Parts: sequence; structure tokens; C-alpha cells
Amino acid sequence: MAKKVAFLQGNEAAAHGALYAGCKFFGGYPITPSTEVAEVMSAELPKVGGKFIQMEDEIGAMAALIGASLTGTKVLTSTSGPGLSLKQENIGYACITEVPCVIFNVMRGGPSTGMPTGPSQSDVMCAKWGTHGDHPAICLVPASVQEVFEETVRAFNLAEKYRTPVMIMPDEIVAHMRERIVFPEPGELEVIDRTGPSVPPEQYKPYDTSFGDIPPLAAFGSGYKFHVTGLNKMQDGFPTTKAEIVQAEEERQVRKVEANKADIMKWEEYLVDDAEIVVVAFGSTSRSARFAVDEARKAGIKAGLFRLITFWPFPEERLLELSKKVKAFISPEMNLGMCAGVIKGCIEGNAPVLGIFRVDGEPVNPGQILDKMKEVK
Amino acid sequence: MSFDYDKWIRPGKLPHIWCPGCGHGIVMKGLIRALDTLQLKKENTAIVSGIGCASRLPGYMDCCTLHTAHGRAAAFATGVKMARPDMNVILCGGDGDGTAIGGNHFIHACRRNIDMTYIIMNNKIYGMTGGQFSPCTPTGDKASTTPYGNPDPGFDIAKLAIGAGASFVARGTAFHANQIDKLIAEAIQHKGFSVVEILDDCPTTYGRRNKYKSVIEMMNKLKEIAVPVKAAEKMDPEQLKGKVLTGVLYKEDKPEYCEQYQKVIERAQGAAK
Amino acid sequence: MEKKLPTIEIIEKYCKGCHICVEFCPKQVLEMRGFVVAVKDLEACIKCMQCELRCPDFAIKVTA
Repeated sequence: MAKKVAFLQGNEAAAHGALYAGCKFFGGYPITPSTEVAEVMSAELPKVGGKFIQMEDEIGAMAALIGASLTGTKVLTSTSGPGLSLKQENIGYACITEVPCVIFNVMRGGPSTGMPTGPSQSDVMCAKWGTHGDHPAICLVPASVQEVFEETVRAFNLAEKYRTPVMIMPDEIVAHMRERIVFPEPGELEVIDRTGPSVPPEQYKPYDTSFGDIPPLAAFGSGYKFHVTGLNKMQDGFPTTKAEIVQAEEERQVRKVEANKADIMKWEEYLVDDAEIVVVAFGSTSRSARFAVDEARKAGIKAGLFRLITFWPFPEERLLELSKKVKAFISPEMNLGMCAGVIKGCIEGNAPVLGIFRVDGEPVNPGQILDKMKEVK
Repeated sequence: MSFDYDKWIRPGKLPHIWCPGCGHGIVMKGLIRALDTLQLKKENTAIVSGIGCASRLPGYMDCCTLHTAHGRAAAFATGVKMARPDMNVILCGGDGDGTAIGGNHFIHACRRNIDMTYIIMNNKIYGMTGGQFSPCTPTGDKASTTPYGNPDPGFDIAKLAIGAGASFVARGTAFHANQIDKLIAEAIQHKGFSVVEILDDCPTTYGRRNKYKSVIEMMNKLKEIAVPVKAAEKMDPEQLKGKVLTGVLYKEDKPEYCEQYQKVIERAQGAAK
Repeated sequence: MEKKLPTIEIIEKYCKGCHICVEFCPKQVLEMRGFVVAVKDLEACIKCMQCELRCPDFAIKVTA
């Protein structure tokens, strides 16, 4: 049987990806340019017995998400910049309590209300440092409608596997662009469910590290009684201020992602092997970059594209390796140098990082990237 | 016969953190008696709170307990209840948590009429942070941030809840300890969003700044101002000046949110066929 | 005839000395000894349970 094919927006693909992953709860608040995710979920979730709720605000949406997830449900919310700022309070709560949830954030101009319908890539640092305190961060940055679907499924897998919030952040162009999408058959993509407890309720501890860095999470209402708090906690879930426990727990939470970077990180290298100039790009900008690389090759410039699919954790080691043999990196991005700064931070000064930074609501075009390549001596 | 509170309290968690004379412990005992009377299953009961002194209550209870962020109890709880309508969901917290930073979640939980019970311990102050005025501090009263007297008018939580659409609203006091369990039990049994406001005392950060010489004086004040709804019917406005009505203030049968959403599911699945 | 006396158990490590039980006992059965409550006059107890009901600290258990 032929696979189901459709012509969808990135936002719609995210909703279908979530349903494929087994999402059964959506809590959200309307915000441009992500609202289509909520609209599709409101129509589709009840069909599969799932629940959709439009909350009173972004903070409440994130809170409801965590509440629902604690009952063993896979959960999604969608938002955009100003909403992401509001959600940060409870994203931090999900980090410290280690409750899986997926946040789909469409990047629009900012700060504040900014340009609600203009594309941007300026929320990537907010994905890592938006909420206060040390915490793990996973952020995926798809570049096509098909990839939005697939990365949304992967976002759920990572959230459930590592007991942590996962952000998926297309820019507004990817979110609203319509493309052909081929729906994977059930079973074609891996779908991971969270690990439940293997011990009886009386022995259960929600942060029991005898099971490793990612302790099994029981569900409320499944016979297990336990305590969840946003305070620093012990393995049994109750608050503590004991220095050695707080230190160990904070380190473990960050280690969940740091020690599993190889499993989480994903990128694509295009003509990088012999490249003298490597363009590091993500989202819609990577599509301009790929076109520019092809044009450069035609003109005899040895250019390649390093396309980030996971922004956090960042592929530091691979870029450091590449930095030893390239003449320069180019970082085209719809912000004032967030990605360029991260690249500089991991390549030990081995190569210059040339930026093309746009915050005017217009995409970086291939011509700009080509021009920048010509500046490399 | 002595009541066995221990069977509802997590072993080793007492003594609690509340100050000498704080009424939160009295409210917690009332909640325990209510849960016991209704014979709720601990494993199927979620107790959700925000931040503040009163929000520490769930940590002591041997149930599924969720101590969330400041003001967010109602929103977290809504997620739990929507995902698992078969669970008993009880919220608790203080007046600052519930009506200031959590005011939006509170009124919308009332509006949805989702089947949960919210116990608000109203001691008219932010206790945990050291006694700043709350939306329930009476005008003129002293707090650490109103050294010249509070210029703000206060909320009437019960009126707020009724106005926002809660279908069961009751009020008790920490003095009337033997009424607390009955109000909470009736609230839990009510299908819809129920609010139980308990007028409480904070001797440490409110009483001391507002000329209460002791916990006992604060308790006696609660006794003095409380008028049962029935008794109030026979009193004229002059007699009711400075008094507060107690008992079940409002009760209405109206559609409950999870049941309404179940109809959405049926419509969606019917349309899909 | 010998009167059957109740047992008033005081859990001293829970008692915070708020005086509520002492004050609201209708028969002055209890008193403060230092920072914690103690039974002064068990014979006077009428088993009304007010002290147990009102104790915010789960520190009193009255068994008739």
C-alpha cells in the first residue's frame, strides 16, 4: 500500500508527529506563529481519547502539562518567544522534578512582542539558559516539514528516555512553510515510552539512582504514592538542603544529557570532508546555506555545510576537530550571533567565525553567504 | 476516642515546619478527618499545592503529592485531573499563593468547574517570606511592606470564587476546628470545583504586627467574627458589621469540566466514524 | 466507685508550646511546663477532646 502523503505546514506536521509518538495531552495558549499546532491537536486528540486544554495563560499551560505527564501521559505544548519566556518558570520545574514533556517553540522576532509574524532564530539561548539554575537542555532545530514530523517524534523519545523537558524549535519559516510530507507507517519510526518502576510501591523512590542516572518514573494513580517538589530533593523526593545531596543531584541531572550526548546529538555534514570553508547553519537558514555551498562549489570554492539538527547539546567535539583543518567557519543566522558565539566557544581559536546576522524579519539569502565566503582568504 | 491521624501521615515527617500556634496544622487535621470519613484511596488521591507555608501541607500526606511553583497549584492540578478524571484531586495553599500570583489559575479553575477541591488557608499575610501584605490583608493593617498601614483593599475569596463560577463555596475558621472536616468532606463530594476558605492565623508575622498579644487572642478573634450562614439570616446589617459568614455559602449543580470534555471526545469520535 | 481515667498522651517532640490546648480546655486539665504542655489534673478531664482536636502540632492523643 502506498504511503500517505500530504502537503502540510511545519506546525501541522508537529501535531501529527506528536500523535505518532503517542501524545495524549496538549495544554496550550494561543500565540502566533505556532497556533496551528494547537488547532490540529484540538481536532485530533479527542479522536484518540486524548485531552486538549486551552489554559488561561502560558504559565498555566506548562503547569497543566507537567501535571498530566505525572499521570504517565505523553504531553505537548506549543508556543513562541513571549510564551516561551512565560513558560520558563515551569520548564525549570520540569527539569528539577525530571518530568518528561515536549515544548514546541516557533522562533519569531524578539525580544518581547517583537515581530509576531517575522522569522527568527533568536530563542536558541533561551532554550538553554531561559530558566534559572543549572539544568540539562535538549533543543532540536528541524529544517523541513518532514523533519519537523520526525524530530517531534524524536523529541518525545528523548523526553521520555531522559526524564526531561525537550524543546523543538523551528523558525517561523519552517513552521509555516508548506511541503510534501510522507507519513511514516506505524512502527517505522522508533517510539520510546518512559521506564516505569520495577519495584513495588512501598520500595519506590522517584529519584532512585540505584537504577542509574535516569531513575524510573511511576505514574500518579497507578498505585504508587510519592512526593514531587521543585525544591532540591533527595532520592525519595522530599526536600533537602544537605550540601552533598544537592550537589550530587544537580550534577546527575545535568549528566543525564551530558553523558548521553552521542545518543542525543544529530547533525548532517554536506561536502564537509574536503571543505576549507564550513557553513554552520540550522533551520531555514541551512536551506539557503546548502544552496550557497552548491553555488560555491560550481565557482571552485571548497565549501561545505554543517547542519545542526540538535542545537543543544551542541556538537562541540566535532566542530573542534573540523576547526583544525578549515580556513573559516561561516555562521549565518537570524539573530545577532548566538550560534557564532557557541562555535567560538568550542573551537579554541583555531579558525575565524564569520557571521551573517539578520534580525530584520528577513531570511538570510544564499547570495549573502556566497559573498561572505569570498571574504575568506 | 483518639483519632488516628498517623495512618494518613508519612512516617517520620512530623513535627511539621509551621510556627507555634499556626492554624495550618488544625486545617491539615480537618483534611485528614475528611479523607478518612470519605474513605478515599490514598493511591488515587492527589494533593497539589503552590508555594508558601500552607503549601507545605502535601509533603506530610501519604498520598500522591505535588508541591509546585508559586501560585500554580490549580494549573498543575488541572493537568492531573484532565488526564485522570477518576483521581481525587485536592489543592491547598495560602491566600497570597492562591489569589495574587495564582489568581488567574484560581478564577479559571472556578470558571471551568473542574471537579477538584481547593482549600485556601487565609491568614491574610505572606508568612514564609516574613510577613508582607497579601491581597487579603485588610486595609490599614501592618505588614513588613506596609509599615504605615496597608493602602490596598482586600479580596473576599468566597465572593471571588462564586463570581468566577465555582459551584461550591464554603468558609470555616481555624477556631471552629470540628467544622473543618465537614466542610472539606462536603466539598470533595460535590461534583465540580469547590472552594473551602479557612480563616487562619499567623501569629508570627501578622499577629505580632497587628497588636494581637497571643495566639489565643487571634483564635478568639476568629470565634468572635464568625457567624454561621443560618444565624446570619436572622441578623440585621448593623449586627453583621465586622462579621464573617461561615458554613456552606454557595452550592449549585452545573456541568463539570471533565464530563463536558468527555462529550467532546464522543463528538470527535462520532464525527470520525 | 472508681472513676475510669482517660489517657492523655503528649508527644513532647511535636509540641511547640502554643498554649492552644491549655487555653481551650474547659476544665484546666493541662498546663505548660517549660516549653511543652503537660497534664496537670487528669481527674478533671471530661474527655471532650478539644485539646486533641485543636492541637495544630499532632502532639496530643486522648484515649477515653
